[in-house]
Amino acid sequence: MALHKPSLGKRLLTVDLPMLAILTFTLGPYLWMFLTSISRESTLFTEGPSIWNATIENYTRLFNTVGFGDNLLDSLIVASGTVLVGLSLSVTAAYAFSRFNFPGKRLLMLQFLLINMFPLVLLILPLFVLMRVLGLLDTHLALIIANSTIAIPFSIWMMVSYMNGIPRSLDEAAMTDGCTRMQALVRVVLPLCLPGIIATGIYIFITSWNEYLYALTLGGRNVRTITVAVQTLIGEYEVQWGLLTAGGIVGAMPATVLFLLVQKRLISGLTQGAVKG
Amino acid sequence: MTDASLPPVQNADVPPARALSRRILPYAMLSPAVIVTLAIVFFPMVQTAWMSLHDYVLFRPNDFEWVGLGNFKAALQDEVFWISLRHTIIWMTTTIPAQLLLGLVTALLLNQPFPWRPVARALIIIPWALPSVVIALMWVWIYDSNYGIANEFLLRLGLIQRAIPWLADPDTALAAIILTLTWQGFPFFAVMILAGLQSIPRSYYEAASIDGASTWNQFRYITLPGISGVMMTAVLLRMIWVANSFDVIFVMTGGGPGYATYTLPLYAFVKARTNLDFGYGSAIAVLFTLLLMVVVVFYLKRTGKAVS
Repeated sequence: MALHKPSLGKRLLTVDLPMLAILTFTLGPYLWMFLTSISRESTLFTEGPSIWNATIENYTRLFNTVGFGDNLLDSLIVASGTVLVGLSLSVTAAYAFSRFNFPGKRLLMLQFLLINMFPLVLLILPLFVLMRVLGLLDTHLALIIANSTIAIPFSIWMMVSYMNGIPRSLDEAAMTDGCTRMQALVRVVLPLCLPGIIATGIYIFITSWNEYLYALTLGGRNVRTITVAVQTLIGEYEVQWGLLTAGGIVGAMPATVLFLLVQKRLISGLTQGAVKG
Repeated sequence: MTDASLPPVQNADVPPARALSRRILPYAMLSPAVIVTLAIVFFPMVQTAWMSLHDYVLFRPNDFEWVGLGNFKAALQDEVFWISLRHTIIWMTTTIPAQLLLGLVTALLLNQPFPWRPVARALIIIPWALPSVVIALMWVWIYDSNYGIANEFLLRLGLIQRAIPWLADPDTALAAIILTLTWQGFPFFAVMILAGLQSIPRSYYEAASIDGASTWNQFRYITLPGISGVMMTAVLLRMIWVANSFDVIFVMTGGGPGYATYTLPLYAFVKARTNLDFGYGSAIAVLFTLLLMVVVVFYLKRTGKAVS
C-alpha cells in the first residue's frame, strides 16, 4: 500500500513481526499436534512432546492395530466418487449458463446458489430417512449422494466463472468449421478450462474428504471414513494423545497437501465473483 | 458474473426444427444437474418440512401422526431451544467480527511487500483445509486440563494461577470454542479481503500521497471503501457457513457441559441422532433455517445483481 520504500528496520517491526505472530497462531496448533504425534506415548506425560526422541510408533500402531488403512480407502472412494458425480453433472450445466440466454436462466442460477445456503442439518435428517428406505445406509453410494448436494452447485458456480473467461468467438469459430454445440464444448471449451476443472475437482475432493456429519450419520460399520475414524479414536483411546494426534495428522494430510498444490488457482476462482459483486 | 450469452440470432433462413432445438438445448444441458438436485436437495428439504409437522420418532416407525404446528409450539416453550438460540446469537456475533478483524489485519499485512510473502500467503490458509474433526481433536488436546499447552502457556506467563479445564467448565467452554472457530475461519477473510485490496488501483494511492494524505487517511478513504463490498460478501457468506459448521462443536464438547455449548443446528442434530425424534428435530431445523433466511436474502440481493 505504501509507495515510498520503508526502511528495513521499520518493515521488520510493522510487517514481518506481526505476520510472524499471526503465522505462529495459525500453524502453532498444527505443529503442536505433529510434535505430539511423533513423541513416545510412554514419556509424553512425564516429559511432554519433544522432537529429540522422535518415533513413528504411533503411526505404525495406527495402521497395524487400529486399521486406519481401510478408513483411508473408504474416504478415497467417497471423495473420488463425489468428484466424478459433481464434475460430470455440472459441465454441461455450466456451459449452458455461460453460453446461452434463455428464459428462467437467472432463476435457475439463483437456485443453485441457494442450495449452498441451506443449513446442512435441514438435509441430514431426510437424507437419513431416504437412505434407510432405499437400503443404502452404510454404503459408499449414500455418502457420495450426500456429498453431491454440496458438490454439484459449487462446481457449477466455479465452472461458469472459468468458462466465462474463455472467449465465445472460439466456440463460434469451431461451429463455423462444422462442429456441433457439443463438439465445440468437448473439443474447444473443455480443454481450455481444464486447469479450472481440475481445481474444482480438487476442491470437491477436499470438502468430501473432510466431511464428517454425513459420514457419521449415513456411514456405519462397513463404510467408515477417516473423519469418523478419527472421532471414534477420541472416544476409544481417550488419553493416548500420541495415537490420537497421529490419526489427526494422517486424516488431514491428503487434503492439506492438495490444498497447498492448487491454492492459487482455487482462490482466484473463489474470490473472483466476490470482488466483482 | 459477466453476461456471456450469445447474441440472439434471428435469422429467417434457419429452419424451424433447428431453431427449436436451439431453444431446447440449454434446458437439455441443464436437466441432469437440475433433476439430480431436485431429487437429493429439494425433495429432502420438503420432506423435512413435512416431518416437522408430524410426531415422528424413529424407533416407532409406524407412528407418523399429524400434529400440525405442535412441534413448533413445543420448541417455543422448550427452555433448551432458547438456550441454544442465545448461544447461536452469541456465537455468530463474536466469531464473525473476530474473524473479520483478524482477517483484515492479515490481509493488510499480506498486501505489503516482504520477501517471504508467497510462503506466508500459502501457509495462512492451512486451517481452512483441515477437516473439522481434526481441528476439534487438536484443540481438545490444546485445552486439555492436565497436559494441555494452553494451561501450560498461561501458567508460565503467570496469567492464571492454576490449570483451568477449559472445555469442562460451563463458563469457559463457549469462549474456548469461539476461539477455535475464529482460528478456523479467519484465513477465509484474509484471502477474500486480500483479493479486494489487490483490485484497488495503485494510482489512487499515488494521487493521495501527492496530495499529502496520511497513511491513516489513505486507509480510511481509499482502502476501506475499496474493500467494503468484498467484506460485506465475505461476512454474509461466512455467517451462513459458520451457522452450518456445528461439527467442530459436536466433536469438541457434544454440546456440553450441560447445555453450555448447545447451538440450534447442534440441538436439532442431537435431538434426531440421540433421541431419534425426527419430528421435533426437523421442526428446530426448520426454525433455524427461517432465521438464517434473513441473511440468505441479504446475500442473494447482493449477488442477484451480479448474476443478471
